[in-house]
Amino acid sequence: MKLLIKNGRVIDPSAGIDETLDILIDRKKIVDMKPRLNANDAHIIDASRLVVAPGFIDMHVHLRDPGQEDKETIKTGSKAAARGGFTSIACMPNTSPVNDNRGITEYIITEAKRNADVNVFPIASITRGSEGKELTDMADLVDAGVVAFSDDGRSIQNNLVMRRALEYSRQLDALIIDHCEDRSLADDGVMHEGYHSYSLGLKGIPSCAEEIMVARDVILAEKTGARIHLAHLSTSGSVALLRLARNKKIQVSAEATPHHLLLTDAAVESYDTNLKVNPPLRSRPDTESLIKAVKDGLIDVFATDHAPHTADEKAVEFDQAPFGINGLETAVSLILDRLVQKNIIPIQRCVEMFSTNPARLLKLKDKGQIRVGGDADLTILNLHKDVVVDKNTFESKSRNTPFQGWKLRGLPVMTIVGGKIVHST
Amino acid sequence: MAFKHKHLISIKTLSVSDILTILETADSFLDISAREVKKVPILRGKTIINLFFEPSTRTRSSFELAAKRLSADISNFSKQTSSALKGETLKDTVLNLEAMKTDALIIRHSCAGAPHFISTFCQSHVINAGDGAHEHPTQALLDAFTIRQVKKKFENLKVVIVGDIIHSRVARSNIILLNKLGAHITLVGPPALLPREFADFGVAIENNLDRALEGADAIMMLRIQLERQQGNFFPSLREYRNLYSLSPARFRRAKRNAIIMHPGPINRGIEISADLADSVKSVILRQVENGVAVRMAVLYLLLGGKESETAD
Repeated sequence: MKLLIKNGRVIDPSAGIDETLDILIDRKKIVDMKPRLNANDAHIIDASRLVVAPGFIDMHVHLRDPGQEDKETIKTGSKAAARGGFTSIACMPNTSPVNDNRGITEYIITEAKRNADVNVFPIASITRGSEGKELTDMADLVDAGVVAFSDDGRSIQNNLVMRRALEYSRQLDALIIDHCEDRSLADDGVMHEGYHSYSLGLKGIPSCAEEIMVARDVILAEKTGARIHLAHLSTSGSVALLRLARNKKIQVSAEATPHHLLLTDAAVESYDTNLKVNPPLRSRPDTESLIKAVKDGLIDVFATDHAPHTADEKAVEFDQAPFGINGLETAVSLILDRLVQKNIIPIQRCVEMFSTNPARLLKLKDKGQIRVGGDADLTILNLHKDVVVDKNTFESKSRNTPFQGWKLRGLPVMTIVGGKIVHST
Repeated sequence: MAFKHKHLISIKTLSVSDILTILETADSFLDISAREVKKVPILRGKTIINLFFEPSTRTRSSFELAAKRLSADISNFSKQTSSALKGETLKDTVLNLEAMKTDALIIRHSCAGAPHFISTFCQSHVINAGDGAHEHPTQALLDAFTIRQVKKKFENLKVVIVGDIIHSRVARSNIILLNKLGAHITLVGPPALLPREFADFGVAIENNLDRALEGADAIMMLRIQLERQQGNFFPSLREYRNLYSLSPARFRRAKRNAIIMHPGPINRGIEISADLADSVKSVILRQVENGVAVRMAVLYLLLGGKESETAD
C-alpha cells in the first residue's frame, strides 16, 4: 500500500532540507518527494501545519527483555517508542542474562522482528556479564547485529580494561557508550550530593563521580583513537571536559536526557522515588550548562535512558527504590515544549539531535534522513497542539514518570516505520 | 490553641508559633511525671504503635511512657521480631498494622524519608522518631525545651553543635528549629563530617573546636559512631578525641554558665570526657526527663487537641 504525506514541513538536517514537500511511500521505501505530488492509489495523510522529520531514534533504552518482563518487554517497549514518536531504539544490554553473546543478540533481533512496532537495535555489553573484566567477542557481536557496546549502569572501573576495550573497538569502528560513574566516589549514594541531599538526609552522589570518568574517557579516547559516547551527561564539569575534548578534536560524542535537562535535585525534596535516577538529577547550574551545551551543539543527542520499573518496586523507601525514569512517551513533548517552543533551540536542531546524530553515531544505514530510495521511517510532529502527560495512557508496562500532569505544547502525532503507520493520534 | 498538623515529620513544616505551642504544652505536662499517679485520661481509647525499625532505648521508652501517661494504648513493634525480616515491605507492614485501627504510628527507620513515605498512604497520624540522617523532630523539641528551661530565651544564644554532623538527624532538626527561634548556630567537626554546603542552612561552619567554643551558651555534643573511622572520615579515634572531644580545659572557653547537651547514647571519654558528662554543667539527663513531657505534648496536640480536654 502507498502512503502520500501532503503539505508537511519536511525537515531533514542531514540534507539541509526545510520546506513544504509531499512524500510518497511505497511499501517500505520513500519513492518520491517533491512539492505537490499526486498518486491516485495512495492513502493520503494531510500534514498541513505539521513537521515531517526523519524517524526519531532513541539510542538509550532499557527494554528489560529477556529476564525482567514484569517491567517491560520488547513488544511493550516498542509500542511505547512508537507512541513517543520513535521509529528506532537501541536497547541496553543489562538484561537478565546480560546481552554479552550472539545468542541473546539474536533473541532480541528475532523477537523484535516478530513483535516490535519499531526498529530495535541491540547494544551488547563491553565486558562479559558487564563485570568489567573480560571483553566480549565484539567482532562476532557486530556480525550478529549489535550497533554499539556499553556496560551501562556499571561503568568499567578498571582503566586498563577500558583502554583495551577502546583499542579493540577501533578495528571494528564500533561505538563504545559509557555510563560515566566512579563507583568508589558514588559510594552507594542515591541522589545528587549537595544542599538538598544534606537537607533530606539522603546519601549523595557527588558530581566528581561522573566527571572523573568523563575525564578518563576523554584521555583514553585521545590515546586510542576509538569512538566513545558519553551517556546521559549530568554535570557542568562534564560539559567543560566535553568542550575541552571537542577543542582538541578528540572523537567524543555525548547525550543528554530530558530529565537531566529539565529537573533539578530540588524536586527530590518530595522524596518521590520517580525522581530517583542515575546519574541523579543535579543542581540548577548543572541543568543550565547542559542546556547551553545542547544549544552550542556540544551535546549531540537527546536520549531517554528509558528505564521502566513497576509501581511496586518504586513504592518503597527512597534508599531502596531502583534508579530509573520511564522516558519514551514523554521525551519528544518535553523537548518540544521546554526547548523548542521557548526558542532555546530551533526545530531543526531538535530533529538533528533526535534523528540525524544518533543515526550517524550508530551508523544506521538509511536512518536519520529523508531521501528518495531510503527507508520510510518518519516522525510527524504537531508543534501547536497541547498535551497533558498522563501515565495511565502509557503503552509502556511501567508508569514511573516524574512528569505526570505536565502540560506540554507539541507532540508526535504520527509514527511511520518502514512505510507502516505504527502510531497516530 | 491552634495546632493544625496531622503529622510530625519534619521541623521544617512547623511555624514558630507551632513550636512555642508544643513547648508550652510540654511545660504544662511536666508535673504529671512527678506525681504519685503518673497518668491523665486525655488519650484514653487511642491506639498508638511504636514502629521501630532501628534500635533505640531513650526515644522508644520515652514515647511509650508519654503515651501511657496520657492513657493511650501503645504497642511496640520491632524489626527483629516482625515480618519485615521475612521481606514484607514497609508499605504492607503499615497497611496491616493500620487494619487493626491505629490512631498514630511512631516510626523510627534507617531510611531518610520513611515517615514521609508512609504518610502518603496511611490514615493514622505519623510521628517521626528519627529517619536515617534526615530528622529527629522530637529530639530537637526536647532540646529546645531544655535550653529554654535554663536560658529562658533563644534569641542571640550561641549554640555549638559538635561532631558527626553529616550523619546526624539530631543536628538537622536542631539546626532548623533553633534557627527559627533566633539562636546562632555554629557547627563543628572534621571536614568530611561537616560538608561546606551546610553553610546554606544559615549556620556558621568551623573545623576548630577551641575557636568555636568561644562565647558559647550551649554545647551539643553528638555521638561519634565508631564505624566512621573505617570510612576514613577521620584517621583514628585518638586523633578525633584530640581535636573534637569536649574536655574541661576546652569547656572553659565557653561562657561561664554554658550548658552541655548530648542526645545520647554517649561514648564516654570519646566525644565528651566522663567528668564533664556527669558535671553540673551537663543537662544530659534533664533532656531525657523533658523528652517524656515534650512527647506527651506532641501526642496530645496531634491526637487529642480536638476533644478540647485540658492538661489538668
